Amino acid sequence: MRSRRRAGIPGGPLPQEERAGFEWDSVVAVLIDRNTKVICQGLTGSQGTFHSQQAIDYGTKMVGGVTPGKGGQEHIGLPVFDSVHEARAATGANATAIYVPPPFAADGILEAVDAGMEVIVAITEGIPVLDMLRVKRALEDSTSVLVGPNCPGVITPEECKIGIMPGHIHKKGSVGVVSRSGTLTYEAVKQTTDVGLGQSTCVGIGGDPIKGTEHVDVLEWFLADEETRSIMMIGEIGGSAEEDAAQFLKDEAKRGRAKPVAGFIAGRTAPPGRRMGHAGAIVAGGKGGADDKIEAMRSAGIVVADSPSGLGEAMLEAIG
Amino acid sequence: MSLGKAASKKYHDQGVALNIHEYQAKALLRDAGAPVSDGRVVLKAEDAKTAAGALDGPAWVVKAQIHAGGRGKGSFKEPDAGEKGGVRITGSAQAAAEETRRMLGRTLVTKQTGPAGKQVNRIYIEDGSTIDREMYLALLVDRGTSRVSFVASTEGGMDIEEVAEATPERILSFSVDPATGYQAFHGRRIAFALGLEGPQVKQCVKLMGQLHDLFVSRDMEMLEINPLIVTRGGDLKCLDAKMGFDSNALYRQADIAELRDTTEEDPKELEASRHDLNYIALDGEIGCMVNGAGLAMATMDIIKLYGAEPANFLDVGGGATKEKVTEAFKIITSDPNVKGILVNIFGGIMRCDIIAEGVVAAVREVGLKVPLVVRLEGTNVEDGKQIIDSSGLDVIAADNLKDGAEKIVKAVKG
Repeated sequence: MRSRRRAGIPGGPLPQEERAGFEWDSVVAVLIDRNTKVICQGLTGSQGTFHSQQAIDYGTKMVGGVTPGKGGQEHIGLPVFDSVHEARAATGANATAIYVPPPFAADGILEAVDAGMEVIVAITEGIPVLDMLRVKRALEDSTSVLVGPNCPGVITPEECKIGIMPGHIHKKGSVGVVSRSGTLTYEAVKQTTDVGLGQSTCVGIGGDPIKGTEHVDVLEWFLADEETRSIMMIGEIGGSAEEDAAQFLKDEAKRGRAKPVAGFIAGRTAPPGRRMGHAGAIVAGGKGGADDKIEAMRSAGIVVADSPSGLGEAMLEAIG
Repeated sequence: MSLGKAASKKYHDQGVALNIHEYQAKALLRDAGAPVSDGRVVLKAEDAKTAAGALDGPAWVVKAQIHAGGRGKGSFKEPDAGEKGGVRITGSAQAAAEETRRMLGRTLVTKQTGPAGKQVNRIYIEDGSTIDREMYLALLVDRGTSRVSFVASTEGGMDIEEVAEATPERILSFSVDPATGYQAFHGRRIAFALGLEGPQVKQCVKLMGQLHDLFVSRDMEMLEINPLIVTRGGDLKCLDAKMGFDSNALYRQADIAELRDTTEEDPKELEASRHDLNYIALDGEIGCMVNGAGLAMATMDIIKLYGAEPANFLDVGGGATKEKVTEAFKIITSDPNVKGILVNIFGGIMRCDIIAEGVVAAVREVGLKVPLVVRLEGTNVEDGKQIIDSSGLDVIAADNLKDGAEKIVKAVKG
């Protein structure tokens, strides 16, 4: 199977004809659904335990966990394995949530890639950037999709939740949400819930400069997904992912693939040269600023909210 | 050679996490075997003479050590520091010692320091070099390719961003595949692009390998040699050096972490970092306490949208405790410019009741002299609101982000 992730690697998305080979039916609408079997790497740690329990309570099909050296034990009702390979072979898991501490997180991701996990969600914040360069290199030769690191995770409301987002604010619906921020995603989710639209799938791609999935990748999935009828894209200062995303939507619209898109860019008031919490959120040398991003997005027909409290309304306006 | 704007863009994308001084960077280069001048750092005026006397001459370069560029073209605030900038060339050890004493403790203003300038607490005295040619060399983590990239240019000693703008054809940039690492051809590519000849090509291949290894082994985000020079003797030498390190990797770079110079940092930001809080001081009047970096930025934005200015960026993070929230509150209120505070929490992992307890404890401890608006949403929101309500404190509750922003701006501006 050709990697769906290729749409986001440098050099831009694949041409339409090449994309036709994707085996969408063999996976899911957007990354995860009620049939996704999930394991947790770092299950027996405090974060892994807490969020796996929350996921189980939400209805996620959690099938096991991995903590090296604790194989054979049971934890919060789930079997624990020594390795991802073992866990995958024993449970048939196709997705993994990684809550491993930063020094060991890249190793954990690489193990999941090596074991052929289809969807890898890395929640861990603070992974050294050079570790992530090795991870990105390994992903080039694999069919695994990595979401994150330093992200809230992925949720298909009322079906499957992988990550740290509060489940109860989500409502099954039609908006695909993609965001570099955690809590700002919750804001977008709440507002799209409040205006009655709900969400198809929400993907938090994370705040690090080097990450597995970019806006462009998720937009491609949302355009291809029948459940997703409109898209909310939340960006922030730093890098050029939002500009790339805007260009991607423009190009796709010319091919007749378009859905209503609303968005927001955080960091209009951020001083240049300073990192705003996220390692990737920095305006340097006049590049990566909010205004350029907003302009690029508007030129692609995206309704960009001026205020973070206007996300729901912007979505309604985009739908028209 | 090509890339021009792309190279410039890559360069711009670089942030800096932990910066170190030039003399520290040069010590790392020296240890890696890279060619640098001999030099001595001076922290106390009385050591100036010994330091300068330990060098051979015939020229002594006296350089102010601050974490800001443009030192040579800068100027001192105090008249007795002399009219020259932060980099001074002298012809004797005695003159070098005098210039050192003149600059130590004085305030250097450059285009990067802002008008307040920075106090010079360290001076580096270095052997002068004869310069035949100046070039530019940098390594950085490239977001676009997810690889380490080299940037080289024939235009040394200049701002690379200006070079990229005016003469992009004079910049070469390419990335290194992490699977194979640095190869000799990488070094040759740079050597020929820079017009190096004869034995310089071999020197360049060796030096680029040393720099790449150093970059990777020390978890750098940015390494800039500007200028990289050819001496009159025909040898390559690193004349200046700037390094930025990945703060996420400091756990495995203990000796680099020790190079941190906290006198270069804002005291409030330093205090915040001790409590593992993401805090950045700004110039406005409304202090903010938010969970999550994106929401914290968006909160600053909405304050501005309603006609006021944020006094800070503050992300209390996902795992904040009551104590951490209290510390955050103290840091915000220690800023005399703060005329009002907006607390904006969307609880995910962060529980609203924890935030509420922290806010109440902080107000009880430090008092509340300015209006405080609290907006709580998400996990345990009802418990949080209950704690605030029953505290008897004069807190203005807000229903959502817009309501919170409107209320705090109104309270401050009237």
